[in-house]
Amino acid sequence: MLIRLGPPVAILLLAGPILAGLAGTVLPAFGYLPALGGTSFSLDAFRQLPAEPGIGRSVMLSLGVGLVATLVSVSVVALFLAGWSGTRTFARVQHLISPLLSVPHAAAAFGLAFLIAPSGMIARLVSPALTGWEQPPDLQIVNDPLGLSLAAGLIVKEIPFLLLVSLAALQQASPASRAALVASLGYGRVAGFLFGTWPAIYRQVRLAVFAVLAFSTSVVDVAAILGPTSPATLSVRLVGWMGDPDLSMRFLASAGAVLQLGVTALALAIWVGVERAAAMSRDMVCEMGTRFRRDGAARMAGLGAMSFAATVVFAGLATLALWSAAGLWQFPEALPREFTLRTWTNVLPRIGGPLGVTLAVAAAATTIAVAVAIFYLARESETGRAGGRGALALIYLPLLVPQASFLFGLQLLFLLAGFNASLPALVLAHLVFVLPYVFLSLSDPWRAYDRRYDAIAAGLGKSRLRALLSIRLPILTRPILVAAAVGFAVSIGQYLPTLLIAGGRLPTITTEAVALASGGNRRVIGVYAFLQMLLPVIGFAIATLVPALLWRRFRALRV
Amino acid sequence: MAALSRAARLTAKPMSEKGLILDRVTIALGGRQLLSITHAIAPGEVLTVMGPSGSGKSTLLAYVGGFLDPAFEGSGAVRVDGRDITLLPAEARHAGLLFQDALLFPHMSVRGNVAFALPPGIGGRATRRALAEEALAGVGLEGFGERDPDTLSGGQKARVALARTLVSAPCMLLLDEPFSRLDAELRQQMRELVFAKAKASGLPVILVTHDEADAQAAGGAVIRIGA
Repeated sequence: MLIRLGPPVAILLLAGPILAGLAGTVLPAFGYLPALGGTSFSLDAFRQLPAEPGIGRSVMLSLGVGLVATLVSVSVVALFLAGWSGTRTFARVQHLISPLLSVPHAAAAFGLAFLIAPSGMIARLVSPALTGWEQPPDLQIVNDPLGLSLAAGLIVKEIPFLLLVSLAALQQASPASRAALVASLGYGRVAGFLFGTWPAIYRQVRLAVFAVLAFSTSVVDVAAILGPTSPATLSVRLVGWMGDPDLSMRFLASAGAVLQLGVTALALAIWVGVERAAAMSRDMVCEMGTRFRRDGAARMAGLGAMSFAATVVFAGLATLALWSAAGLWQFPEALPREFTLRTWTNVLPRIGGPLGVTLAVAAAATTIAVAVAIFYLARESETGRAGGRGALALIYLPLLVPQASFLFGLQLLFLLAGFNASLPALVLAHLVFVLPYVFLSLSDPWRAYDRRYDAIAAGLGKSRLRALLSIRLPILTRPILVAAAVGFAVSIGQYLPTLLIAGGRLPTITTEAVALASGGNRRVIGVYAFLQMLLPVIGFAIATLVPALLWRRFRALRV
Repeated sequence: MAALSRAARLTAKPMSEKGLILDRVTIALGGRQLLSITHAIAPGEVLTVMGPSGSGKSTLLAYVGGFLDPAFEGSGAVRVDGRDITLLPAEARHAGLLFQDALLFPHMSVRGNVAFALPPGIGGRATRRALAEEALAGVGLEGFGERDPDTLSGGQKARVALARTLVSAPCMLLLDEPFSRLDAELRQQMRELVFAKAKASGLPVILVTHDEADAQAAGGAVIRIGA
């Protein structure tokens, strides 16, 4: 019975909040919000929007940063795969990169800021020896007006994501035989991969790339930490309007959210054009038949960019940890003069509340998401109908629609229902983002399960539920726990849903950390960001240890 | 009238018959008929279905066992000892299955695999353990109960799979090329063991294979499909 409800519940949980939220955003944008006196439709908010100072620049920043971050991330992943897939170096780098997926965006962004700021780690390491700086230079590196550091912060976080989804697709594309084939035709490794294997991979990861683009054009937390300030990107300004004490600003904010939807849609349309252009130039080069045998430089570039991106995140996280335990630390000293736990002992009493909310929401959203995903997939196994493209697009929907565009409306609906700032509302909002990742993480191992086990169990007289509980779930313990850890990490990292739906009354580690960004107390930020990074790591550690202990007697499950 | 009553007698007669009866069992894929078989298999006897890969021979076992992929259309009646099982769910058919791979449950000990297959309601924990050990001894694996199935050899795994199937008190055996992964010597031993056990337990057997030697060892009727 529960299993039969899997697909409708999953669809309801994914599409319901998005459609309701979009409606709740679009109606006020056109002036309709009876609670605030808007009883008739008008275009006033849209007329007001162009008059906002610097709005054109905000739009261009969102669009430009999103496209650049996506293009660079995809190119680095493609070049790295092309140059190194199937080598031992590849396996090593892959192990290095994988854990970065679980680092929340805000923590990675803080880490980058702590590295590249004028008084940051990099400046300290080279000063005063190379630069002669005795004081931090007066440069605007973080929050630069062009959004370059914002783009960099997005790139280092999207590369691990794109690499891991590409790896899943790579395994299905039988890369070894394809590589052997193009090599036998005399093509260099990189060109052979880009011509022969990459198109098949890209087709499979296209939705994930779209998700990266949609996220990068509409991100709020990373932009608040690293992005330009005068003006800020569109998404950051929207959230500012939304939080304005003057409630009539909500009309403007809603109109802005609709504009954000348009900006993201435009970015996707431009991206489709980029795809076409790339395919056409690939075909032209292919027809010329050039073999590109000497591709050592391209290979090194791919490896260098990939390692650099990983190093930046790790170095940033290490710097965060240093700051959280730093005593006196003057510029340009590379290390603090002394280490102290004072910041930790000061902050910890205050952090209990946010930490509790963070863990409760993450645990609840993850549990529900894993259960729904299992019911959905179990139903799929029973009916023998895989969801296909339609279902996949639906699962990606929450990742393709800009968060602000439907969260504004969702917040409004929750407010009207008297449901806002409650734990259930917060769990529901997180679930919209947790469920897709849990589902994407679990669906491949679930579908790879040998169906003949089910036939054997049935032949032994076991019911389908019994076969699920006694055979399938135990065998899939590890992937289920990994999917749960992924969901947990996603929930920990959520900023905008928490900010809007919790309305400041249920702060989490992430909302507190981002709120500290403008204050600039590096030691306190270090503590919050370090915890933010630590929680997902604990999740993944549990997902690794539990199956290893549970199945220590059984070799096939130890992996 | 006379014709009608004769027809009634004809259909009534198999009702009382022991063994497995396939009555116009037809399987099609997208409108294309893969096979159509009418055959009676007496207890302890083997029907061998031969065909090249892709001929749909495994779908016959799926139809009889009750786990045919919805992509296929199956029709016709399956009766066991006079009982029509065509519409029963797979778990009510008691079809003992052996595949190419042993498919032992990797999270249970060897004995755990066998005990899991014992019908519910037989004895307590100790009795079930003893019965499982006994079944293991019956396939020459005495004392292997505590082992992790992943540490067994291919031949040992195949024998555990056989023991697991036999203790579940099946009404029939459905064999899907169960010997093809074993090397030549083991294959012959395993054939003899499986067919001897089936005969001893009076189980009707359907064997699907593309190996002529399997068919010869089985010694029963042979139906060739496809090609």
